[in-house]
Amino acid sequence: MYEFLKNLDKRWIFLLMFLAVAVPIYYIGKTGKTFPEVPTVLSENVFNEIENLHEGDPVLLSFDFDPASEGELGPMATAFTLHCCKKKLKMYYMALWPVGPQMIDNVIQKVIRSDFPDMVYGRDYCNLGFKPGNEGVIKVIVTDLRELYTTDDAGTAIDAVPMMKGIHSVRDFDLVINVSAGYPGTKEWVQYAVTPYPDQIRLVAGCTGVQAPLLYPYIPEQLPGLLGAIKGAAEYEKLVVDKYGGPHPDPKYLEALRRMGPQLVAHLLIILFIVIANLIYFTERRREVHS
Amino acid sequence: MKRNIPLLITFLGGFVLIIAYFIPATQGWGETAAIWFDILAAIAFILGGGNLLRIHLKKVSDRKQGWAYSAITVAAFLLTLIVGVLKVGVHPSPDFPDVAWSGNYREIGSAFWWLYEYAFKPLTATMFAMLAFYIASAAFRAFRAKNFEAILLLGTAFIILLGRTFAGVFLTSWIPDSLSALRIENMTIYIMSVFNTAGNRAIMIGIALGVASTSLKVLLGVDRSYLGSGED
Amino acid sequence: MKRETIIWSVILIAAVVWVVGRAAFTEKGMGKAYVHAVQINPDDPNPDHRWMQYEDALPRDYARAQAANPDQTEYRLSLQRTIGIWVAALFTLFIFSFLYKDNPFYKIAEGVVVGVSAAYWMVVGFQTTIIPNLFGKLSPGWIKSWAMPGLEGRQEIVYIFPLILGIMLLWRLSPKGGWISRWPLAFIIGTTAGIRLLGFLHADFLSQIRNTVVTVFALDSHGAFDFWPSLRMLVVVVGVLCGLVYFFFSIEHKGFVGKTAHVGIWFLMITFGAAFGYTVMGRIALLAIRLEFLMDDWLWLIDPTLKRHGLG
Repeated sequence: MYEFLKNLDKRWIFLLMFLAVAVPIYYIGKTGKTFPEVPTVLSENVFNEIENLHEGDPVLLSFDFDPASEGELGPMATAFTLHCCKKKLKMYYMALWPVGPQMIDNVIQKVIRSDFPDMVYGRDYCNLGFKPGNEGVIKVIVTDLRELYTTDDAGTAIDAVPMMKGIHSVRDFDLVINVSAGYPGTKEWVQYAVTPYPDQIRLVAGCTGVQAPLLYPYIPEQLPGLLGAIKGAAEYEKLVVDKYGGPHPDPKYLEALRRMGPQLVAHLLIILFIVIANLIYFTERRREVHS
Repeated sequence: MKRNIPLLITFLGGFVLIIAYFIPATQGWGETAAIWFDILAAIAFILGGGNLLRIHLKKVSDRKQGWAYSAITVAAFLLTLIVGVLKVGVHPSPDFPDVAWSGNYREIGSAFWWLYEYAFKPLTATMFAMLAFYIASAAFRAFRAKNFEAILLLGTAFIILLGRTFAGVFLTSWIPDSLSALRIENMTIYIMSVFNTAGNRAIMIGIALGVASTSLKVLLGVDRSYLGSGED
Repeated sequence: MKRETIIWSVILIAAVVWVVGRAAFTEKGMGKAYVHAVQINPDDPNPDHRWMQYEDALPRDYARAQAANPDQTEYRLSLQRTIGIWVAALFTLFIFSFLYKDNPFYKIAEGVVVGVSAAYWMVVGFQTTIIPNLFGKLSPGWIKSWAMPGLEGRQEIVYIFPLILGIMLLWRLSPKGGWISRWPLAFIIGTTAGIRLLGFLHADFLSQIRNTVVTVFALDSHGAFDFWPSLRMLVVVVGVLCGLVYFFFSIEHKGFVGKTAHVGIWFLMITFGAAFGYTVMGRIALLAIRLEFLMDDWLWLIDPTLKRHGLG
């Protein structure tokens, strides 16, 4: 057994990881059962920042992610949009990643056009699209958004979009909601938008697991709330669905909660791998000492 | 001329933005510089695509090992480029039906959308999904509790891995409320908000000083590595 | 034939038979996509101004429409998108095949992703910035006439400078005269350095110092000394200082400085452990969504969002 584990082919590890994720997905997909979630302070802060807004308040949603991180961030984007729709906020979408507009299209189709068909483009929500330049884009739009965004994503002149009246820069929004997969993302929004204008720009964010620990130094002064990884998404989903989902919430708004199942099994597997590997290591060391 | 003017451009480009930060009257110059930067960033995408095409076409023409895969890359590149730039399968905008190319290049049902939805998206997402397997393999091969520091690292990782799932809640739910700080999910919160914040803050301050120093060296012409070897 | 090859051949043949059987010979099938046909400009007298747009539809919407009227054509099966789902599934499996070993299928998928990604970024940059923000500023009338009829604004000839810089940047592709691209590169480097110098100093240096210099005597709502929050703040301050001492390499890490740096290492080890834990969490979710696609959208083994409720 010791020799087998010591020389274990990594493909057995891959197979175990595959089963650790696939079997819970199958089980949860069939039964619909999910683990209970207890929201933490940071998720509640994000929820409360949006909850404290009023009908008609303008919010900027910047979707800075791509399909590679959709597993973690897709549920956040969906939950943010649902929350904003339920609060009847004016939603302005933009993206700093080239594939961000596709993520925006997905969410508009999945949430707004599907469940809020009375919402009108240009009056209740609009899509400004993507501009290249990373932090250079933020640098421009914190002072003059219209200089860079001369049209919306569909090519309509910005002045012809009714809800753009009165919006000249990021400072005209009551809240900035950022969903971030890396660079450019939440860090750049903090550096180039929030920090220069701390009293005029408020930011909440959802980010990947890789990024989350790196953003903690900004909390709470520059970043009041943060959803970190799929756990943060699940906590936020729970808060939104408990308040607005009704007794039988639509399962498409429970994506992150479902994904916590395979997450748990995979985490236990990783811990098991580390424990076994260390047992092998110490056994090997003891044998070397004896010999 | 070949090196001095670029150095001057670097200096002016950077200092316009710095001055615009402090003097509101010059904010317009900073905005102009940033907008030009954004346009050049878009042209840099074209440069990247052109470079890719050049490298792979050379590989195909030289018949190097694996040239067939380069041919596939070139074919995929040209197909996506043509359907995207020419808006193949995109209807005009409903408000301007007489302007053939007025539609959104990402229109659902168009060829470009199809390539995104059924080629780009599954391929990039699956490439990143592979990391889950590699991290499992790395956890098995690399993480050894050889000393106190390694034990600290592994112990913290275990607490986070358990605390961020229901397993942590389940394992320590028996701990009474008076000692709730010892529950794994609460320990996770303290680790992140205290120890992780402190460590990352120190790293962040160090990086900020490094970035400031490097930026100043570049702007003042001390660091000229971006200009290349200087042979031409 | 090697034993490994025989085993894999048997597994693959069995999998193909199962998939084909499930797709072709079960009532519900699998891996199908449906669309909802919407007429655009239905009231326009000019037939060239009217066309059908096909939006994604759920299989359950198709099932409901068929149940109400079997002759309806508003909801229908989409061959284009059904083929797309199968292509996406095959690409997913091709990439996963690398986990066993490198093979031509993986290499094909890799070639496709490199080509499509590079071209995708080029198209996005062209359509979102070069057309509206460069040519749209230099010649708004021309752009308005064929690409963006909704564009408004006057000509701004100053945009000739980024156009010239852009052409100089593309000169990098030329075998000769590569030095020409140094001017726009210098501009990019200079503006990046200028933006980052201030951004990092303000947000990551000054603000972080301010966030750390907090009182370690926290008071509760009654104004009394609150021990646990005070201890937390003190630990943060000590941790930041010890971490900074560790990174200060101009003084030898001996004696008091050495011990302080050692404490800094402990804080950093806890930081890295937390980073590892979160990274694992992030990667698992990415794998989960791909397996959900295979099991839900392709194989139709699960239906957590009830997309196919009532179908077949």
